[in-house]
Amino acid sequence: MESKINRYSKQLILINSFFILAWLIISVFPFIWTFWGSFKVKADFFSRADWMFAVTGVNTLIETGNTSTVKAYVESWTEGEFWKATMNTIIITVSVVTISLFLGTLGAYALSRSTYKYTFWILIAALIFRAMPHITLVSGYLFPFFQLNVWGILPTTIIVLVAINQPFTLWLLYSFFKTVPKELDESALIDGCSYFQAFRFVIMPVMWPGVVTAGLFSMMLAYNDFTVTSLLLNQQNYTMVPKINAYLGTIEHSGNYMWAVSSVVSATAPLFMIIMFFQRQLISGLTAGAVKG
Amino acid sequence: MPHRTFFWFFFPSGLAMLLFIGLPIISSFFQSLHIEPEQILMEVEKCDPFGCKTETKVDIEATTKLQEEQPLGRFNGLGTYGDRNHLAFDEIKEAWTNSSSIAEFTDILLNLPFYKALLFTLTFCFAVTPPVVVLGFIVALSVNTITKSLKGPTIFGVILPMIVTPLIGSLVLFWMIDAKGILGSFIQFLFDDPNLSLKSSSQLTWITLIIYGIWHNTPFAFVVFYAALQTVPQDPIEAAIIDGASRYERVRHIVIPHLYPVATFIILICLMDNFRVLEPIIGFAAEGVAQSLSWMIYNDLRSENKMLFGSAGATSMLTIIGVAILLTPVLIRTWREFRTER
Repeated sequence: MESKINRYSKQLILINSFFILAWLIISVFPFIWTFWGSFKVKADFFSRADWMFAVTGVNTLIETGNTSTVKAYVESWTEGEFWKATMNTIIITVSVVTISLFLGTLGAYALSRSTYKYTFWILIAALIFRAMPHITLVSGYLFPFFQLNVWGILPTTIIVLVAINQPFTLWLLYSFFKTVPKELDESALIDGCSYFQAFRFVIMPVMWPGVVTAGLFSMMLAYNDFTVTSLLLNQQNYTMVPKINAYLGTIEHSGNYMWAVSSVVSATAPLFMIIMFFQRQLISGLTAGAVKG
Repeated sequence: MPHRTFFWFFFPSGLAMLLFIGLPIISSFFQSLHIEPEQILMEVEKCDPFGCKTETKVDIEATTKLQEEQPLGRFNGLGTYGDRNHLAFDEIKEAWTNSSSIAEFTDILLNLPFYKALLFTLTFCFAVTPPVVVLGFIVALSVNTITKSLKGPTIFGVILPMIVTPLIGSLVLFWMIDAKGILGSFIQFLFDDPNLSLKSSSQLTWITLIIYGIWHNTPFAFVVFYAALQTVPQDPIEAAIIDGASRYERVRHIVIPHLYPVATFIILICLMDNFRVLEPIIGFAAEGVAQSLSWMIYNDLRSENKMLFGSAGATSMLTIIGVAILLTPVLIRTWREFRTER
């Protein structure tokens, strides 16, 4: 609702559009550049002679007979076993989202409906847990995990990621459930439902907007994680992000820099697609955090 | 809700947090009190025609046995905290008595691994946060004025740097800034120096990392500011327009005061998140000149045959203390909010 007197002057609109355009270039161009470059050979993307080679693909033409090539993609997915990393990422992401939403909705619902003082202390503890750097937690996991012989496998990592994710999920869903009127489930309780029935039949049908937002954040955490996955998984079970890091570092793949470039594109593309669909939920989640601390 | 019902609803979530966040902190602390077992030496007498010599050798059998008995190593108390790689009390004392000027002392101090990492971590935190807040605010203001139909795609473009994981984000930038990449070549062209590279000096690497930090964190500040801008009350703004206030004056005296609480929230989250900076250092391959506290822990844990649990535990504890200091204002704020709510 824009009032007439609040019109923007032409000058302001011009400066503003220019600024926005410049900022969009800063944030988006690196991704476009990487996407374009992933279809070139290394001599082009990291060209000593002329950076324009990355656009025109001179060396790519010489080496492969065409100005763009999918060689890096094919090789990294087959020889580099990126398919395996993708599978692991899918397994981890799906499990983490499902489990943490299951635990989170139950816990947050209880927190939002209980009137006792300990809920406050639980939420404060969750806030402190949320602030812990993940690497400090990992340093606490490694030794016990080695002793129990559960290091390196996917289930351990899934449980760890679920736990790390709980504080944020709890806070997000807690502030969401606070906006769901209490009268809804209270009337169900008066009608003789148990708490669980009230949750199952009254709250569950209306909780999906909050759950989608919380799920989105859980997904991003699991999908993007590097600290936990790189230190808690063994090489065969690596997910995408540590796998990309491994392409850069190890001796056997040295020189196969383009694997990393193409894998970065393979890993980011699905994420961008998902965010495109769920942008509104993502923003509402970040805002809920701002309102509630 | 009765205690019993609450317990069963909350139990799974609480158990997960207790086991995998609470316990590891304790376990980390416990590890930090221990140190890797020393190798057991034994003296072997070797005799040859020219006489007998005693040699010291590592007793592999006894060492392995000791490792099996005490997998965590021997108890060391708070010793690890004071050693050269952490708080380095002895080295500081020595430097204090030996160095002739304050400058020399700080020089020695900042070359000790822990203090070097602390310096980088704090520099990174405090150099990234102010530009993030300012830029986030400006971008939010300007996205707020554009036509509705363009808002969705614009917001999507602006938040991209935040969505990708820091490792991928820093790699994407690194490949451009690299001496052989497009930005690197451009910078060389700009300064007319074909050997200029952002990796050539530690200052330049630090600046690159900080620029990356701003690029990565601004979208978050933008989103929060943008959402808060929608809640700015319209009445005072209209009143100000009638009173003849310019656009700048309206922003300065009505919008900014309204956003103060949100800005403090952004600053605190930003400081806390950047305090754990790790992935950009790996992505930019800047381990040589820029180490953070998290990187120190990562480095201790990375090698597969000899992990330094004690050292990593001690650094973790010190990092947690740092986080706790940064976290105090947030906790106080939350506590106040809760009290007013009741």
